Amino acid sequence: MVNYIIRRLLMVPLLLFGVTVLIFLMLQVLSPVERSALYVRDIPRNERVLEGIIKRYGLDQPVHIQYWKWLMGTIDPQTGDRQGGILRGEFGYSRTASQPVAEMLARRFPASLELALLAVIPVIAGGILLGVVGAVNHNKPLDQFVRIFGIVGWSFPDFVFGLLLLMLFYANLGWFPPGRISDWANQIVQSPEFHNYTQLITIDSLLNLRFDIFWDALRHLIMPVITLAYLWWALTLRVTRSSMLETLRQDYITTARAKGLSERTVIRRHALPNGLMPVITLGGNTVVGLLSGVVIVETVYNYPGIGSAAADAAVNLDVITVLAFVLLNGFILVMANLIVDILYAYIDPRVRLD
Amino acid sequence: MTNETKQTLVIDEEQFLPRREMSNLERWLGTDTYRALRGMVTNPTSIVGLVLLGLFLFIALAAPILAPPISSNPYQIPRDGYGSVPKPPGTLWNSRQPELPFWWKPIMGTDQWVHIMGTASGQWDIYYGVVWGTRTALQVGLLITFVGAAVGITIGAVSAYYGGWLDMVLMRITDIFMAFPFMLAAMTLSAVLTPVLGKGLFPPMIALMAFGWTGFARLLRSDILSVREREYVLAAQVIGVKDARILFRHILPNAIFPTLVLGSMRIGSYVITFAGLSFLGIGAEVGYADWGQLLSFARAWMTNLGEYWYIVIFPGVALVLFTLSWNLVGDALRDVLDPRMQGSR
Repeated sequence: MVNYIIRRLLMVPLLLFGVTVLIFLMLQVLSPVERSALYVRDIPRNERVLEGIIKRYGLDQPVHIQYWKWLMGTIDPQTGDRQGGILRGEFGYSRTASQPVAEMLARRFPASLELALLAVIPVIAGGILLGVVGAVNHNKPLDQFVRIFGIVGWSFPDFVFGLLLLMLFYANLGWFPPGRISDWANQIVQSPEFHNYTQLITIDSLLNLRFDIFWDALRHLIMPVITLAYLWWALTLRVTRSSMLETLRQDYITTARAKGLSERTVIRRHALPNGLMPVITLGGNTVVGLLSGVVIVETVYNYPGIGSAAADAAVNLDVITVLAFVLLNGFILVMANLIVDILYAYIDPRVRLD
Repeated sequence: MTNETKQTLVIDEEQFLPRREMSNLERWLGTDTYRALRGMVTNPTSIVGLVLLGLFLFIALAAPILAPPISSNPYQIPRDGYGSVPKPPGTLWNSRQPELPFWWKPIMGTDQWVHIMGTASGQWDIYYGVVWGTRTALQVGLLITFVGAAVGITIGAVSAYYGGWLDMVLMRITDIFMAFPFMLAAMTLSAVLTPVLGKGLFPPMIALMAFGWTGFARLLRSDILSVREREYVLAAQVIGVKDARILFRHILPNAIFPTLVLGSMRIGSYVITFAGLSFLGIGAEVGYADWGQLLSFARAWMTNLGEYWYIVIFPGVALVLFTLSWNLVGDALRDVLDPRMQGSR
């Protein structure tokens, strides 16, 4: 087990190195002028000033030197300070958000996290449960329903689904508004009496005993959460169903039935632990899928998270911001896969020996 | 061995095996292909998928008849003025009416061409966009899948067959490409490429190809690894068949089916991702016949979507049904080709 974990951990720096190289290569497509946004807030119009900046931050130097400076930052010859460097958490300046990219990401991250966390619950509960129900009732009407739901759900683009929900529940019924919070509630949340413990409005409002604000935040969250969740719901359901079907055909299930165990015990004790193995693999993808799904979902609902900021930046070709966002996501994906792999090896001994 | 003992070893198979009538078609196609094809046309989900697919193919082929183009570039949606408020389905064309399709008068009995599906803000005709958008979706989906699959199959095949350090290097590169969420990677690369190539279909398509091949490479590699161990491959190696011939004649045909199924399932998701990028405003230009681009008009009318439902419904339904058709066909194909599923349905 320890051997396996060490081998797996050794992969992480390699992957992260590859991720940064790929991002850096994309950055090289930009002209040195555009890349100066890594270090300066406003790109000056004056050509001589521009040339000065390019020289000062070494944006015309060989690629490997630039890569190193991009990672570690560069020492400003005039002030002697170290500037930039993604490893120091400095991703440059966002043209679309008019502030440093890191600051923008930090300020908007809690909103996206709140969305993604709430979406995990229906994915796990609904997807796994329905998948197992479908497999146990193989080829019965319930299974057909689950099957059709899975394939139609997987074919439904999230933005079309989101627009349909908006049309029905906002434009027609007026139940669930877009955005993150109503204006009146926002004033209270911003006021000094309201303590922001976690920056997640649903939790903070409960801690402050403001149930009206909790309700308001929840009303804004319901549609984005459903939109974000249903795609992974459908996928989890399909994976669970087919994996359970496979497991139920195994000999040891027949043995368990033959020795007279109740169907309930057979499924719970013998089939589920093995049938849910692939779902763990899917788990890592789901976390990242939710975090990257926020780009579309937040855009549809005007929800002020990192996703809508990234989409905004991409449309306005503010590449510096987009690359920082995708780098963050790549980092989270590598870490999520690491956790999943170790978890997998812990549960299934065969993986460790591979 | 004498002639006599040889005789006793001959077993009359006909005597032991149940006899089965083979139709001429089955004899001609071979039993496996015949069974797969029969599965495809008898399975209700695949029938729905194939019918939908046929419908989209028909719309794409008949686009010039269904919605005659107004300019030399047929993918440019004609617009009826410049007003910002969408108009409902059935509104008459006011200005710059395109050529009337020949089937309109016999069916409707008038010479007046209407906006069959209404107009979006900017008075772009939605019907025209949906019809020609079918061509865009087919082109985009097929081209991205074709290039992605070709790259993925090459890398997966080389990696699995040669193994060793080459396999190691190629698979680590695949891992790095897979370390990015697909949609975000595509969004980023198209934002990077847009200033270089200009706004249009190319940046998102190239971006989707650049990150779309990984799934094919992984899947094919693992299938080849299991096929490579079979006796007939060993036999071919023993009698000195060349590497390339073993790979292309003996291994690939036996390992490629799951990859083909993946391809059919991927067409739908590529079209969705492409439309998603257009929806965000990264892909096709405003006024280009593309479903995602049409849907992006809805973003400006969030509070009035109840009134302007047709901006969402028509292109949205087209996109969902298109994806569904490929997924249904892919799903049925997988069941038919997977030997473990035989007899279970």
